[in-house]
Amino acid sequence: MSGQVDKAANTGVVGKVVDWIDDRIPMTRVWNMHIAQYPAPKNFNFWYLFGSLAILVLVNQIVTGIWLTMSYVPSAEGAFASVEYIMRDVEYGWLLRYLHSTGASAFFVVVYLHMFRGMIYGSYQKPRELLWLFGMFIFLALMAEAFMGYLLPWGQMSFWGAQVIISLFGAIPVIGEDLTQWIRGDYVISGATLNRFFALHVIALPLVLVILVFLHIVALHEVGSNNPDGVEIKRKKGSVAEEDKPKFKFHEYYTSKKDIVDAIPFHPYYTVKDVLGVAGFLILFCAVVFFAPEMKGFFLEAPNFEAANPLKTPEHIFPVWYFTPFYAILRAIPDKLLGVAAMGASIVVLALLPWIDRGSVRSIRYRCGFHKVNIAQFVVTFLILGWAGATPQTTFSTILSQICTVTYFMFFVLLFVYSKNETTKPLPTRLTK
Amino acid sequence: MSNAPVDNSRRRFLTIATSVVGGVGAVGAAVPFIASWNPSERAKSAGAPVEVDISKLESGQLIRVEWRGKPVWIVNRTPKMLEQMKQHEGNLRDPNSEEPQQLASAQNGYRSKRPEIFVAVGICTHLGCSPTFLNGSFGELVEGTDSGFFCPCHGSRFDMAGRVFQNVPAPLNLEIPPYTFIDDTTILVGEEEGVA
Repeated sequence: MSGQVDKAANTGVVGKVVDWIDDRIPMTRVWNMHIAQYPAPKNFNFWYLFGSLAILVLVNQIVTGIWLTMSYVPSAEGAFASVEYIMRDVEYGWLLRYLHSTGASAFFVVVYLHMFRGMIYGSYQKPRELLWLFGMFIFLALMAEAFMGYLLPWGQMSFWGAQVIISLFGAIPVIGEDLTQWIRGDYVISGATLNRFFALHVIALPLVLVILVFLHIVALHEVGSNNPDGVEIKRKKGSVAEEDKPKFKFHEYYTSKKDIVDAIPFHPYYTVKDVLGVAGFLILFCAVVFFAPEMKGFFLEAPNFEAANPLKTPEHIFPVWYFTPFYAILRAIPDKLLGVAAMGASIVVLALLPWIDRGSVRSIRYRCGFHKVNIAQFVVTFLILGWAGATPQTTFSTILSQICTVTYFMFFVLLFVYSKNETTKPLPTRLTK
Repeated sequence: MSNAPVDNSRRRFLTIATSVVGGVGAVGAAVPFIASWNPSERAKSAGAPVEVDISKLESGQLIRVEWRGKPVWIVNRTPKMLEQMKQHEGNLRDPNSEEPQQLASAQNGYRSKRPEIFVAVGICTHLGCSPTFLNGSFGELVEGTDSGFFCPCHGSRFDMAGRVFQNVPAPLNLEIPPYTFIDDTTILVGEEEGVA
């Protein structure tokens, strides 16, 4: 028996059942290691809600998605009509669909805020590079998942949006044309494309996402959470005086290797905090689901209420809002291949952040003033690009996108330059509030 | 267990040999999964040539037919359209259709077999949207040219021979499909002598 399990509690029938299970699978040990005796920094703030919220939205997408497949017909002939059937005839079908479509947008809201948290507090820095990379792979899988899901209603925007995005691969020299045909499974987007996207959307990518989320959490628990001060709570063994150690019991797995300061157990402290976050999130989420599920065309676009017509392109076509910043970068460059390359680079460069940032001070609280300006300009750039990608192309919006494409990449270039010999503020020895 | 000493080089050889054979097997097993994504036999047969009757196609009119699921335009160009096409050649990327995407039969001033009958795949060479036929109102975009095609997605412009104008995102002229005149009023889209 594992010495860590508190045997005193395991009396009576329940205790015996727990013991019986623990002898066969490490239930109590995993619970203690990852929940009840997991040391988390004591100073988590608002920005630390979005990881657990992302899991909540993932669960929402999986559950509502399973229910939607029960009434959805994945074929070029039946898809559009089956979505109308869900909306009009299936009991609560409208709710299931709006929970799913709003959930897609909520997923990106939460993930963008989660990534922003990582950027301002330097959570990608050593030793959390792999944790950040798993996060970026989750982001990629999420974009693929959202894109393929958007084809399924088989409306005009589904069809032509997919046509444009798949055509992006055609910009690759030599193999481009054959590659797009292989992805579509036809000479144009057709039922063959719809069916394979359905398979990828409901089985393949959700599996990939769940596995990546699991790895993301395993990697997180190995290195431990960063915090708003960016100061490590795990110290060299023997370097912390006994009276400075927290009065909580943490799992031996963590305490045997390091001395831990300023930590509290994840449960009940952060489970309760996350429940509050969930309540706040659900208020906003339900407000959208019940009162503005189309979000003025940003969550569900108007041309998608018309069935796909391969012979006619809608007058304006845009991706859904969460892709527009990257789409604006694509449109900013008047060359097919370079435009696609710049869009790809805008995502790759984010993944390389742990190596672009050469500083050792993590949190924005203790970094130089220029870093604060740089992050602020990056946020503004991202928002302007998001706006520019969602409006019809004009000379003004093109020039604006071009300027913002430059400032987007300049964030990384500047960070690489100034982080090497940055003038930082002195770090506190212990976590502040 | 045998007490013979461990022969490391033999062990290494066996590990490598097993990995290589297993790797080849894995690649072989991947073939059907990858190949199944190619267009199916049914999709290919839907790519069969399409016969189009143009006896009722009036001057200045455009009809759309579906070939391989794509919109194919057939336009009966008016003498005025043909006349104006020559005037803006200086503003085109590739007025003489020299880019290698072209069939030889499209490499003339009209990009067609008969001057008045224009056949083209109605899909923009940028990212695949279908441009709009602006019959009479194209002059707002290009002065002196009354008719042309405008792509609503990213603003590419093409003239009445499907030739792309400069300073738009589309890199190439519209694709001309292989086609044959079976007789005076019937076109077979998708087949041409010397072209599959």
